[in-house]
Amino acid sequence: MEASPALSYTSPPEVHPELHLDALDNLWFQVSGTLCNIACDHCFISCSPRNHSFELMTLAQIEPHLEASAALGVKEYYFTGGEPFMNKEMLDILERTLRYGPATVLTNGMLITPAKAARLQHLADNTRYSLELRVSLDGYTEAMNDAIRGKGVFKKAMAGVERLYAHGFLPIITVTKTWEDAEDEAVLQGFADLLKSHGYARPRIKILPSLKLGKEIARTQGYDRYEYVTAEMLEEYDCSQLICANSRVVTNRGVYVCPILIESPSARLGDTLEDAKRSYALQEQACYTCYLYGAICSNFSSGKRDA
Amino acid sequence: MMKKIALIGGVYSNYLALQETIKDARRRGVDAIYCLGDLGAFGPHPDRVFPLLSENEIAVVQGNYDHSIGNDLQDCQCGYTDPRDNYFAKISYDYTYANTSGENKRWMKALPPEIRLEMGGYRVLLCHGSPRKMNEFLWESTTPAHFLEKLCRDHQADIICATHTGIHWQVELPGDQHFANVGVIGRPENDGQTHVGYMILEVDPRPVFRYIPVEYDYRRLAREMQEEKLPEEFVETVLTGWWTTCLEILPAKERIRGKF
Ligand code: SF4
Ligand code: SF4
Ligand SMILES: [Fe+2]
Repeated sequence: MEASPALSYTSPPEVHPELHLDALDNLWFQVSGTLCNIACDHCFISCSPRNHSFELMTLAQIEPHLEASAALGVKEYYFTGGEPFMNKEMLDILERTLRYGPATVLTNGMLITPAKAARLQHLADNTRYSLELRVSLDGYTEAMNDAIRGKGVFKKAMAGVERLYAHGFLPIITVTKTWEDAEDEAVLQGFADLLKSHGYARPRIKILPSLKLGKEIARTQGYDRYEYVTAEMLEEYDCSQLICANSRVVTNRGVYVCPILIESPSARLGDTLEDAKRSYALQEQACYTCYLYGAICSNFSSGKRDA
Repeated sequence: MMKKIALIGGVYSNYLALQETIKDARRRGVDAIYCLGDLGAFGPHPDRVFPLLSENEIAVVQGNYDHSIGNDLQDCQCGYTDPRDNYFAKISYDYTYANTSGENKRWMKALPPEIRLEMGGYRVLLCHGSPRKMNEFLWESTTPAHFLEKLCRDHQADIICATHTGIHWQVELPGDQHFANVGVIGRPENDGQTHVGYMILEVDPRPVFRYIPVEYDYRRLAREMQEEKLPEEFVETVLTGWWTTCLEILPAKERIRGKF
Protein backbone atom coordinates (compact mmCIF):
# COMPACT_ATOMS: atom_id res chain seq x y z
CA MET A 1 0.00 0.00 0.00
CA GLU A 2 1.25 3.43 -0.81
CA ALA A 3 1.17 6.08 1.91
CA SER A 4 -0.37 9.38 0.88
CA PRO A 5 2.04 12.33 1.15
CA ALA A 6 0.09 13.67 4.10
CA LEU A 7 0.79 10.55 6.13
CA SER A 8 4.38 9.95 5.11
CA TYR A 9 5.98 11.56 8.16
CA THR A 10 5.32 11.24 11.84
CA SER A 11 6.38 14.51 13.46
CA PRO A 12 6.01 18.20 12.53
CA PRO A 13 8.77 19.22 10.10
CA GLU A 14 11.56 21.34 11.54
CA VAL A 15 12.20 23.25 8.35
CA HIS A 16 9.24 24.61 6.41
CA PRO A 17 9.53 25.00 2.63
CA GLU A 18 9.95 28.56 1.34
CA LEU A 19 7.49 29.73 -1.27
CA HIS A 20 8.53 32.50 -3.64
CA LEU A 21 6.20 35.09 -5.03
CA ASP A 22 6.16 34.37 -8.80
CA ALA A 23 4.44 37.65 -9.62
CA LEU A 24 2.09 39.83 -7.63
CA ASP A 25 -1.01 39.09 -9.75
CA ASN A 26 -3.67 39.44 -7.07
CA LEU A 27 -3.71 42.19 -4.49
CA TRP A 28 -6.12 41.80 -1.59
CA PHE A 29 -7.32 44.48 0.81
CA GLN A 30 -8.60 43.59 4.27
CA VAL A 31 -10.85 46.58 3.75
CA SER A 32 -13.14 46.11 6.73
CA GLY A 33 -10.54 44.52 8.99
CA THR A 34 -12.08 41.81 11.14
CA LEU A 35 -15.34 43.72 11.47
CA CYS A 36 -18.51 42.09 10.25
CA ASN A 37 -22.18 42.74 10.86
CA ILE A 38 -22.63 39.05 11.69
CA ALA A 39 -20.53 36.32 13.31
CA CYS A 40 -20.62 33.02 11.41
CA ASP A 41 -19.64 29.79 13.13
CA HIS A 42 -17.11 28.86 10.45
CA CYS A 43 -15.51 32.30 9.93
CA PHE A 44 -11.84 31.50 9.61
CA ILE A 45 -10.70 34.78 11.13
CA SER A 46 -13.54 35.00 13.69
CA CYS A 47 -14.98 38.27 12.42
CA SER A 48 -17.80 39.93 14.33
CA PRO A 49 -19.24 43.38 15.04
CA ARG A 50 -16.75 43.69 17.94
CA ASN A 51 -13.54 42.08 16.62
CA HIS A 52 -11.23 45.09 16.24
CA SER A 53 -8.11 43.00 15.76
CA PHE A 54 -7.94 44.59 12.29
CA GLU A 55 -9.67 47.91 11.63
CA LEU A 56 -11.48 49.42 8.66
CA MET A 57 -9.12 50.83 6.00
CA THR A 58 -9.52 54.32 4.57
CA LEU A 59 -9.24 55.33 0.93
CA ALA A 60 -6.19 57.37 1.94
CA GLN A 61 -4.53 54.21 3.31
CA ILE A 62 -5.39 52.21 0.20
CA GLU A 63 -4.42 54.73 -2.46
CA PRO A 64 -0.60 54.44 -2.09
CA HIS A 65 -0.85 50.67 -2.40
CA LEU A 66 -2.88 50.97 -5.61
CA GLU A 67 -0.21 53.27 -6.99
CA ALA A 68 2.57 50.86 -5.98
CA SER A 69 0.64 47.91 -7.40
CA ALA A 70 0.56 49.43 -10.87
CA ALA A 71 4.34 49.58 -11.01
CA LEU A 72 4.44 45.91 -10.00
CA GLY A 73 1.98 44.90 -12.73
CA VAL A 74 -0.82 43.63 -10.46
CA LYS A 75 -3.61 41.96 -12.42
CA GLU A 76 -6.64 41.89 -10.11
CA TYR A 77 -7.83 43.51 -6.86
CA TYR A 78 -9.85 41.76 -4.15
CA PHE A 79 -11.71 43.26 -1.19
CA THR A 80 -12.52 41.24 1.88
CA GLY A 81 -13.03 41.46 5.63
CA GLY A 82 -15.13 41.11 7.61
CA GLU A 83 -17.90 42.62 5.61
CA PRO A 84 -16.53 45.17 3.10
CA PHE A 85 -19.77 47.16 3.04
CA MET A 86 -19.31 47.92 6.77
CA ASN A 87 -16.74 50.37 5.40
CA LYS A 88 -18.43 53.71 4.66
CA GLU A 89 -15.81 54.49 2.01
CA MET A 90 -16.22 51.18 0.19
CA LEU A 91 -17.83 52.61 -2.94
CA ASP A 92 -15.25 55.37 -3.23
CA ILE A 93 -12.51 52.79 -2.78
CA LEU A 94 -14.03 50.71 -5.59
CA GLU A 95 -14.36 53.70 -7.85
CA ARG A 96 -10.66 54.48 -7.39
CA THR A 97 -9.61 50.84 -7.80
CA LEU A 98 -11.52 50.41 -11.05
CA ARG A 99 -9.26 53.04 -12.60
CA TYR A 100 -6.39 50.60 -12.06
CA GLY A 101 -7.92 47.23 -12.85
CA PRO A 102 -10.66 44.67 -12.18
CA ALA A 103 -12.09 44.37 -8.66
CA THR A 104 -13.85 41.60 -6.77
CA VAL A 105 -15.74 42.15 -3.50
CA LEU A 106 -16.37 39.27 -1.09
CA THR A 107 -19.56 40.17 0.76
CA ASN A 108 -22.36 38.59 2.76
CA GLY A 109 -24.78 40.67 0.69
CA MET A 110 -26.78 41.88 3.67
CA LEU A 111 -25.78 45.55 3.54
CA ILE A 112 -26.42 46.06 -0.17
CA THR A 113 -29.18 48.63 0.00
CA PRO A 114 -31.00 49.82 -3.14
CA ALA A 115 -28.87 52.97 -3.13
CA LYS A 116 -25.63 50.99 -2.90
CA ALA A 117 -26.73 48.61 -5.66
CA ALA A 118 -27.48 51.59 -7.89
CA ARG A 119 -24.09 53.17 -7.26
CA LEU A 120 -22.36 49.82 -7.84
CA GLN A 121 -24.11 49.59 -11.20
CA HIS A 122 -22.94 53.07 -12.06
CA LEU A 123 -19.35 52.12 -11.19
CA ALA A 124 -19.55 48.92 -13.23
CA ASP A 125 -20.95 50.73 -16.25
CA ASN A 126 -18.23 53.36 -16.23
CA THR A 127 -15.11 51.24 -16.33
CA ARG A 128 -13.63 48.88 -18.88
CA TYR A 129 -12.79 46.48 -16.02
CA SER A 130 -14.98 43.82 -14.44
CA LEU A 131 -16.52 44.44 -11.04
CA GLU A 132 -17.40 41.10 -9.47
CA LEU A 133 -19.47 40.56 -6.34
CA ARG A 134 -19.20 37.30 -4.50
CA VAL A 135 -22.00 36.74 -2.04
CA SER A 136 -21.52 34.13 0.68
CA LEU A 137 -24.31 31.72 1.55
CA ASP A 138 -24.14 28.52 3.56
CA GLY A 139 -27.37 26.84 2.66
CA TYR A 140 -30.03 26.94 0.01
CA THR A 141 -32.82 27.08 2.56
CA GLU A 142 -33.35 29.60 5.31
CA ALA A 143 -33.03 26.87 7.96
CA MET A 144 -29.73 25.49 6.60
CA ASN A 145 -28.16 28.87 6.06
CA ASP A 146 -29.22 30.54 9.27
CA ALA A 147 -28.14 27.57 11.38
CA ILE A 148 -24.57 28.50 10.42
CA ARG A 149 -24.73 32.23 9.69
CA GLY A 150 -27.36 33.37 12.20
CA LYS A 151 -31.07 34.11 12.35
CA GLY A 152 -32.46 36.39 9.65
CA VAL A 153 -29.29 36.32 7.55
CA PHE A 154 -30.73 34.31 4.68
CA LYS A 155 -33.54 36.75 3.88
CA LYS A 156 -31.27 39.78 3.93
CA ALA A 157 -28.57 38.09 1.86
CA MET A 158 -31.09 36.99 -0.78
CA ALA A 159 -32.48 40.52 -0.91
CA GLY A 160 -28.93 41.68 -1.65
CA VAL A 161 -28.56 39.07 -4.39
CA GLU A 162 -31.85 40.12 -5.97
CA ARG A 163 -30.82 43.78 -5.91
CA LEU A 164 -27.48 43.05 -7.50
CA TYR A 165 -29.14 40.98 -10.21
CA ALA A 166 -31.68 43.73 -10.83
CA HIS A 167 -28.79 46.15 -11.26
CA GLY A 168 -27.08 44.16 -13.98
CA PHE A 169 -24.74 42.01 -11.88
CA LEU A 170 -24.35 38.26 -11.98
CA PRO A 171 -23.12 37.78 -8.40
CA ILE A 172 -21.06 34.67 -7.72
CA ILE A 173 -22.64 32.74 -4.87
CA THR A 174 -19.85 31.47 -2.65
CA VAL A 175 -20.47 28.50 -0.40
CA THR A 176 -18.10 27.07 2.18
CA LYS A 177 -18.21 23.32 1.99
CA THR A 178 -19.69 21.71 5.09
CA TRP A 179 -20.96 18.49 3.53
CA GLU A 180 -19.54 15.21 2.22
CA ASP A 181 -18.32 14.86 -1.38
CA ALA A 182 -21.17 12.53 -2.25
CA GLU A 183 -23.65 15.34 -1.65
CA ASP A 184 -21.89 17.80 -3.99
CA GLU A 185 -24.34 17.41 -6.84
CA ALA A 186 -27.46 17.70 -4.73
CA VAL A 187 -26.13 20.81 -2.97
CA LEU A 188 -25.18 22.56 -6.22
CA GLN A 189 -28.59 21.75 -7.66
CA GLY A 190 -30.20 23.12 -4.50
CA PHE A 191 -28.40 26.43 -4.90
CA ALA A 192 -29.16 26.62 -8.63
CA ASP A 193 -32.86 26.03 -7.93
CA LEU A 194 -32.89 28.59 -5.12
CA LEU A 195 -31.37 31.26 -7.34
CA LYS A 196 -33.73 30.49 -10.20
CA SER A 197 -36.69 30.80 -7.85
CA HIS A 198 -35.44 34.31 -7.06
CA GLY A 199 -35.36 35.19 -10.74
CA TYR A 200 -31.61 34.71 -11.09
CA ALA A 201 -31.56 32.53 -14.20
CA ARG A 202 -27.81 32.30 -14.84
CA PRO A 203 -26.49 31.22 -11.45
CA ARG A 204 -22.77 31.28 -10.78
CA ILE A 205 -21.84 29.17 -7.78
CA LYS A 206 -18.45 28.66 -6.19
CA ILE A 207 -17.64 26.09 -3.52
CA LEU A 208 -14.80 26.83 -1.08
CA PRO A 209 -13.15 24.24 1.14
CA SER A 210 -13.67 24.86 4.82
CA LEU A 211 -10.55 26.18 6.55
CA LYS A 212 -9.94 24.86 10.02
CA LEU A 213 -9.08 28.17 11.68
CA GLY A 214 -10.78 30.60 14.06
CA LYS A 215 -14.19 29.47 15.19
CA GLU A 216 -14.09 26.63 12.70
CA ILE A 217 -11.69 24.81 15.06
CA ALA A 218 -14.43 24.64 17.66
CA ARG A 219 -17.05 23.67 15.09
CA THR A 220 -15.11 20.68 13.76
CA GLN A 221 -12.02 19.17 15.28
CA GLY A 222 -9.19 21.47 14.14
CA TYR A 223 -6.04 20.15 12.52
CA ASP A 224 -4.35 16.89 13.36
CA ARG A 225 -0.98 17.49 14.95
CA TYR A 226 1.08 16.59 11.94
CA GLU A 227 -0.80 18.28 9.13
CA TYR A 228 1.91 20.52 7.68
CA VAL A 229 3.28 21.15 4.22
CA THR A 230 6.75 19.65 3.78
CA ALA A 231 9.42 20.14 1.13
CA GLU A 232 8.81 16.63 -0.25
CA MET A 233 5.12 17.40 -0.67
CA LEU A 234 6.01 20.33 -2.93
CA GLU A 235 8.16 18.28 -5.29
CA GLU A 236 6.12 17.74 -8.46
CA TYR A 237 3.42 20.04 -7.07
CA ASP A 238 2.10 23.00 -9.03
CA CYS A 239 2.79 25.75 -6.47
CA SER A 240 1.08 28.36 -8.65
CA GLN A 241 -2.18 26.99 -7.21
CA LEU A 242 -1.32 28.48 -3.83
CA ILE A 243 -2.59 32.00 -3.21
CA CYS A 244 0.75 33.05 -1.71
CA ALA A 245 2.55 32.25 -5.01
CA ASN A 246 0.85 35.21 -6.69
CA SER A 247 -0.95 37.28 -4.04
CA ARG A 248 -0.48 39.48 -0.96
CA VAL A 249 -2.98 41.13 1.36
CA VAL A 250 -2.86 44.70 2.66
CA THR A 251 -4.34 45.39 6.12
CA ASN A 252 -4.37 48.39 8.42
CA ARG A 253 -1.47 46.67 10.22
CA GLY A 254 0.77 46.01 7.24
CA VAL A 255 1.09 43.61 4.33
CA TYR A 256 0.57 39.90 4.95
CA VAL A 257 1.33 36.83 2.87
CA CYS A 258 -2.32 35.84 2.27
CA PRO A 259 -5.83 36.63 3.55
CA ILE A 260 -6.02 33.30 5.38
CA LEU A 261 -3.15 33.95 7.76
CA ILE A 262 -3.56 37.55 8.90
CA GLU A 263 -3.83 36.42 12.49
CA SER A 264 -0.46 34.60 12.37
CA PRO A 265 2.44 36.90 13.30
CA SER A 266 4.76 34.98 10.97
CA ALA A 267 2.61 36.02 8.02
CA ARG A 268 3.27 39.77 8.31
CA LEU A 269 5.88 40.55 5.65
CA GLY A 270 6.27 44.33 6.01
CA ASP A 271 4.69 47.74 5.51
CA THR A 272 4.86 48.05 1.74
CA LEU A 273 4.26 45.82 -1.27
CA GLU A 274 7.96 46.07 -1.99
CA ASP A 275 8.73 44.57 1.47
CA ALA A 276 6.14 41.87 0.91
CA LYS A 277 7.73 40.52 -2.27
CA ARG A 278 9.97 38.27 -0.19
CA SER A 279 9.29 34.55 0.09
CA TYR A 280 7.35 32.92 2.91
CA ALA A 281 8.03 29.64 4.73
CA LEU A 282 4.81 27.58 4.67
CA GLN A 283 4.77 27.02 8.43
CA GLU A 284 1.09 27.17 9.32
CA GLN A 285 -1.32 24.27 9.34
CA ALA A 286 -3.78 26.18 7.16
CA CYS A 287 -1.14 25.88 4.43
CA TYR A 288 -1.98 22.22 4.43
CA THR A 289 -5.60 22.94 3.40
CA CYS A 290 -4.39 25.19 0.61
CA TYR A 291 -2.05 22.45 -0.47
CA LEU A 292 -4.91 19.99 -0.73
CA TYR A 293 -7.50 22.26 -2.35
CA GLY A 294 -5.49 24.76 -4.38
CA ALA A 295 -6.79 28.02 -5.79
CA ILE A 296 -9.67 28.68 -3.45
CA CYS A 297 -9.88 32.37 -4.18
CA SER A 298 -10.08 32.91 -7.93
CA ASN A 299 -13.38 33.89 -9.50
CA PHE A 300 -14.05 30.81 -11.60
CA SER A 301 -17.40 29.37 -10.73
CA SER A 302 -19.72 26.52 -11.48
CA GLY A 303 -22.94 26.75 -13.45
CA LYS A 304 -24.70 23.62 -12.46
CA ARG A 305 -23.41 20.15 -12.07
CA ASP A 306 -25.58 18.21 -14.47
CA ALA A 307 -22.73 16.76 -16.54
CA MET B 1 10.49 44.21 -45.07
CA MET B 2 7.20 43.09 -43.55
CA LYS B 3 4.64 45.82 -43.13
CA LYS B 4 1.34 44.02 -43.04
CA ILE B 5 0.57 40.65 -41.49
CA ALA B 6 -2.51 38.57 -40.78
CA LEU B 7 -2.92 37.12 -37.27
CA ILE B 8 -5.26 34.17 -36.93
CA GLY B 9 -6.30 32.96 -33.47
CA GLY B 10 -7.68 29.55 -32.43
CA VAL B 11 -8.85 27.44 -35.40
CA TYR B 12 -10.63 24.73 -33.36
CA SER B 13 -10.80 22.50 -36.48
CA ASN B 14 -12.91 25.06 -38.32
CA TYR B 15 -11.20 24.43 -41.66
CA LEU B 16 -14.04 26.12 -43.55
CA ALA B 17 -13.43 29.41 -41.73
CA LEU B 18 -9.68 28.95 -42.18
CA GLN B 19 -10.12 28.74 -45.98
CA GLU B 20 -12.16 31.95 -46.03
CA THR B 21 -9.75 33.73 -43.71
CA ILE B 22 -6.74 32.88 -45.86
CA LYS B 23 -8.57 34.07 -48.99
CA ASP B 24 -9.54 37.31 -47.28
CA ALA B 25 -6.01 37.97 -46.02
CA ARG B 26 -4.48 37.30 -49.46
CA ARG B 27 -6.97 39.67 -51.07
CA ARG B 28 -5.89 42.37 -48.64
CA GLY B 29 -2.28 41.87 -49.69
CA VAL B 30 -0.65 40.76 -46.46
CA ASP B 31 3.07 39.94 -46.44
CA ALA B 32 2.63 36.89 -44.25
CA ILE B 33 0.02 34.94 -42.28
CA TYR B 34 0.56 33.68 -38.73
CA CYS B 35 -1.58 31.45 -36.57
CA LEU B 36 -1.43 31.73 -32.78
CA GLY B 37 -2.35 28.13 -31.99
CA ASP B 38 -5.18 25.79 -30.90
CA LEU B 39 -5.64 24.04 -34.23
CA GLY B 40 -7.98 21.36 -32.92
CA ALA B 41 -11.00 21.25 -30.57
CA PHE B 42 -14.69 21.89 -31.01
CA GLY B 43 -15.08 21.32 -34.78
CA PRO B 44 -15.00 18.29 -37.15
CA HIS B 45 -12.19 16.55 -39.07
CA PRO B 46 -9.10 18.00 -37.35
CA ASP B 47 -6.71 16.77 -40.05
CA ARG B 48 -8.23 19.08 -42.69
CA VAL B 49 -6.57 22.11 -41.09
CA PHE B 50 -2.95 21.03 -41.60
CA PRO B 51 -2.67 21.02 -45.43
CA LEU B 52 -4.13 24.55 -45.53
CA LEU B 53 -1.44 25.74 -43.13
CA SER B 54 1.44 24.20 -45.07
CA GLU B 55 0.15 25.14 -48.55
CA ASN B 56 -0.11 28.74 -47.43
CA GLU B 57 3.17 28.80 -45.52
CA ILE B 58 1.48 29.84 -42.30
CA ALA B 59 3.84 29.84 -39.32
CA VAL B 60 2.10 28.56 -36.18
CA VAL B 61 2.61 29.19 -32.46
CA GLN B 62 1.85 26.27 -30.18
CA GLY B 63 -1.43 26.52 -28.28
CA ASN B 64 -2.41 24.57 -25.18
CA TYR B 65 -4.53 22.25 -27.32
CA ASP B 66 -1.64 21.54 -29.71
CA HIS B 67 0.66 20.96 -26.75
CA SER B 68 -1.80 18.49 -25.22
CA ILE B 69 -2.56 16.54 -28.41
CA GLY B 70 1.09 16.61 -29.49
CA ASN B 71 2.29 15.24 -26.16
CA ASP B 72 -0.51 12.66 -25.74
CA LEU B 73 -1.80 14.37 -22.58
CA GLN B 74 -5.10 13.44 -20.95
CA ASP B 75 -6.84 16.80 -21.40
CA CYS B 76 -6.70 20.10 -23.25
CA GLN B 77 -5.32 22.30 -20.41
CA CYS B 78 -7.98 24.88 -21.22
CA GLY B 79 -8.21 25.67 -17.54
CA TYR B 80 -11.93 25.02 -17.08
CA THR B 81 -13.07 24.71 -13.49
CA ASP B 82 -16.67 23.74 -13.98
CA PRO B 83 -17.70 20.07 -14.21
CA ARG B 84 -20.11 20.75 -17.07
CA ASP B 85 -17.42 22.59 -19.07
CA ASN B 86 -15.00 19.76 -18.43
CA TYR B 87 -17.56 17.22 -19.58
CA PHE B 88 -17.90 18.89 -22.99
CA ALA B 89 -14.20 19.65 -23.21
CA LYS B 90 -13.46 15.97 -22.82
CA ILE B 91 -15.81 14.92 -25.61
CA SER B 92 -14.15 17.24 -28.11
CA TYR B 93 -10.68 16.42 -26.83
CA ASP B 94 -11.17 12.67 -27.21
CA TYR B 95 -12.69 13.16 -30.66
CA THR B 96 -9.85 15.42 -31.79
CA TYR B 97 -7.20 13.12 -30.38
CA ALA B 98 -8.68 10.06 -32.11
CA ASN B 99 -8.97 11.86 -35.47
CA THR B 100 -5.57 13.53 -35.67
CA SER B 101 -2.85 11.61 -37.54
CA GLY B 102 0.40 10.65 -35.83
CA GLU B 103 2.29 12.83 -38.27
CA ASN B 104 0.21 15.89 -37.38
CA LYS B 105 0.57 15.16 -33.68
CA ARG B 106 4.35 15.09 -34.01
CA TRP B 107 4.24 18.31 -36.00
CA MET B 108 2.21 20.06 -33.26
CA LYS B 109 4.54 18.77 -30.58
CA ALA B 110 7.41 20.60 -32.29
CA LEU B 111 5.64 23.96 -32.64
CA PRO B 112 7.33 26.93 -30.90
CA PRO B 113 5.66 28.55 -27.86
CA GLU B 114 6.31 31.99 -29.35
CA ILE B 115 7.35 33.70 -32.58
CA ARG B 116 9.29 36.95 -32.63
CA LEU B 117 9.28 39.41 -35.53
CA GLU B 118 10.58 42.84 -36.25
CA MET B 119 8.30 45.29 -38.03
CA GLY B 120 9.39 48.85 -38.69
CA GLY B 121 11.58 48.89 -35.60
CA TYR B 122 8.90 47.38 -33.33
CA ARG B 123 9.62 44.12 -31.52
CA VAL B 124 6.58 41.92 -32.14
CA LEU B 125 5.87 38.90 -29.94
CA LEU B 126 3.26 36.32 -30.98
CA CYS B 127 2.09 33.90 -28.31
CA HIS B 128 -0.97 31.82 -27.45
CA GLY B 129 -2.33 32.78 -24.00
CA SER B 130 0.25 35.19 -22.68
CA PRO B 131 4.02 35.40 -23.09
CA ARG B 132 4.47 33.92 -19.60
CA LYS B 133 1.91 31.15 -19.72
CA MET B 134 0.43 29.28 -22.65
CA ASN B 135 -3.02 28.93 -21.08
CA GLU B 136 -3.37 32.29 -19.36
CA PHE B 137 -6.61 34.10 -20.21
CA LEU B 138 -6.18 37.74 -21.18
CA TRP B 139 -9.72 39.16 -21.22
CA GLU B 140 -10.37 42.81 -21.89
CA SER B 141 -12.16 43.34 -18.59
CA THR B 142 -9.56 41.66 -16.36
CA THR B 143 -6.28 42.72 -17.94
CA PRO B 144 -5.06 46.09 -16.68
CA ALA B 145 -2.85 48.22 -18.87
CA HIS B 146 -0.07 48.25 -16.26
CA PHE B 147 -0.06 44.45 -16.27
CA LEU B 148 0.46 44.42 -20.05
CA GLU B 149 3.24 46.98 -19.68
CA LYS B 150 4.95 44.59 -17.31
CA LEU B 151 4.61 41.77 -19.85
CA CYS B 152 6.21 44.01 -22.50
CA ARG B 153 9.05 44.82 -20.09
CA ASP B 154 9.61 41.26 -18.89
CA HIS B 155 9.51 39.83 -22.41
CA GLN B 156 11.32 42.57 -24.37
CA ALA B 157 8.45 43.34 -26.72
CA ASP B 158 6.70 46.46 -28.04
CA ILE B 159 3.75 44.61 -29.51
CA ILE B 160 2.24 41.46 -28.00
CA CYS B 161 -0.40 39.37 -29.79
CA ALA B 162 -2.33 36.53 -28.17
CA THR B 163 -5.55 34.49 -28.52
CA HIS B 164 -6.91 31.65 -26.26
CA THR B 165 -9.95 33.43 -24.77
CA GLY B 166 -12.10 33.44 -27.92
CA ILE B 167 -12.96 37.15 -27.79
CA HIS B 168 -10.86 39.80 -29.54
CA TRP B 169 -9.82 43.19 -28.16
CA GLN B 170 -6.88 45.54 -28.33
CA VAL B 171 -5.30 48.36 -26.40
CA GLU B 172 -2.57 50.91 -26.93
CA LEU B 173 -0.27 51.21 -23.92
CA PRO B 174 1.78 54.19 -22.81
CA GLY B 175 5.17 54.44 -24.51
CA ASP B 176 3.95 53.32 -27.95
CA GLN B 177 3.45 49.72 -26.84
CA HIS B 178 0.53 47.63 -28.00
CA PHE B 179 -1.47 44.54 -27.15
CA ALA B 180 -4.04 42.65 -29.20
CA ASN B 181 -6.05 39.55 -28.49
CA VAL B 182 -6.76 38.56 -32.09
CA GLY B 183 -9.88 36.50 -31.31
CA VAL B 184 -10.47 33.09 -32.88
CA ILE B 185 -11.80 31.73 -36.16
CA GLY B 186 -12.97 28.48 -34.55
CA ARG B 187 -16.29 29.69 -33.23
CA PRO B 188 -18.25 32.94 -32.94
CA GLU B 189 -17.64 35.46 -30.19
CA ASN B 190 -20.70 34.98 -27.95
CA ASP B 191 -22.42 38.01 -29.45
CA GLY B 192 -25.26 36.40 -31.38
CA GLN B 193 -23.42 36.74 -34.72
CA THR B 194 -22.37 33.72 -36.73
CA HIS B 195 -19.21 35.16 -38.24
CA VAL B 196 -15.69 34.65 -36.85
CA GLY B 197 -12.72 36.97 -37.31
CA TYR B 198 -8.98 37.65 -37.36
CA MET B 199 -6.69 40.66 -37.12
CA ILE B 200 -4.42 42.50 -39.50
CA LEU B 201 -1.43 44.31 -38.07
CA GLU B 202 -0.01 47.02 -40.25
CA VAL B 203 3.07 49.05 -39.30
CA ASP B 204 3.22 52.09 -41.56
CA PRO B 205 5.00 53.68 -39.79
CA ARG B 206 2.95 53.27 -36.58
CA PRO B 207 1.25 50.00 -35.65
CA VAL B 208 -2.47 49.67 -36.33
CA PHE B 209 -4.56 46.59 -35.57
CA ARG B 210 -7.75 45.95 -37.51
CA TYR B 211 -10.28 43.23 -36.66
CA ILE B 212 -11.73 41.63 -39.79
CA PRO B 213 -15.00 39.68 -39.49
CA VAL B 214 -15.08 36.56 -41.68
CA GLU B 215 -18.24 34.95 -43.03
CA TYR B 216 -18.06 31.25 -43.87
CA ASP B 217 -20.43 28.36 -44.50
CA TYR B 218 -21.37 27.84 -40.84
CA ARG B 219 -24.37 25.70 -41.78
CA ARG B 220 -22.07 23.24 -43.45
CA LEU B 221 -19.79 23.23 -40.39
CA ALA B 222 -22.79 22.56 -38.15
CA ARG B 223 -23.92 19.70 -40.43
CA GLU B 224 -20.50 18.08 -40.39
CA MET B 225 -20.33 18.40 -36.61
CA GLN B 226 -23.65 16.64 -36.33
CA GLU B 227 -22.50 13.91 -38.71
CA GLU B 228 -19.47 13.42 -36.49
CA LYS B 229 -21.75 13.22 -33.43
CA LEU B 230 -20.17 16.20 -31.72
CA PRO B 231 -22.29 17.73 -28.90
CA GLU B 232 -25.47 19.56 -29.92
CA GLU B 233 -24.41 22.34 -27.54
CA PHE B 234 -21.42 23.08 -29.80
CA VAL B 235 -23.56 22.97 -32.93
CA GLU B 236 -25.93 25.47 -31.35
CA THR B 237 -23.04 27.89 -30.79
CA VAL B 238 -22.07 27.70 -34.47
CA LEU B 239 -25.65 28.30 -35.59
CA THR B 240 -26.58 31.06 -33.13
CA GLY B 241 -23.35 32.82 -32.22
CA TRP B 242 -23.98 32.33 -28.48
CA TRP B 243 -21.71 30.24 -26.27
CA THR B 244 -23.47 27.42 -24.47
CA THR B 245 -20.40 25.99 -22.70
CA CYS B 246 -17.15 27.35 -21.20
CA LEU B 247 -19.22 30.13 -19.66
CA GLU B 248 -17.79 29.83 -16.19
CA ILE B 249 -14.38 31.13 -17.24
CA LEU B 250 -15.87 34.43 -18.43
CA PRO B 251 -15.35 37.51 -16.23
CA ALA B 252 -18.41 39.58 -15.26
CA LYS B 253 -18.39 41.99 -18.17
CA GLU B 254 -17.90 39.39 -20.89
CA ARG B 255 -20.41 37.05 -19.26
CA ILE B 256 -23.15 39.66 -18.98
CA ARG B 257 -22.88 40.47 -22.69
CA GLY B 258 -23.71 36.87 -23.61
CA LYS B 259 -27.05 35.12 -23.57
CA PHE B 260 -26.32 32.25 -21.12
S1 SF4 C 1 -17.68 34.35 7.27
FE1 SF4 C 1 -17.90 36.34 6.26
S2 SF4 C 1 -19.98 37.00 6.79
FE2 SF4 C 1 -19.44 35.40 8.23
S3 SF4 C 1 -18.54 36.44 10.01
FE3 SF4 C 1 -16.84 35.92 8.67
S4 SF4 C 1 -16.55 37.72 7.41
FE4 SF4 C 1 -18.60 37.90 8.31
S1 SF4 D 1 -2.31 29.59 4.01
FE1 SF4 D 1 -2.16 29.03 1.85
S2 SF4 D 1 -1.91 30.94 0.75
FE2 SF4 D 1 -1.47 31.33 2.91
S3 SF4 D 1 0.76 31.07 3.07
FE3 SF4 D 1 -0.14 29.11 3.60
S4 SF4 D 1 -0.18 28.00 1.62
FE4 SF4 D 1 0.16 30.13 1.16
FE1 LIG E 1 -6.08 27.95 -25.99
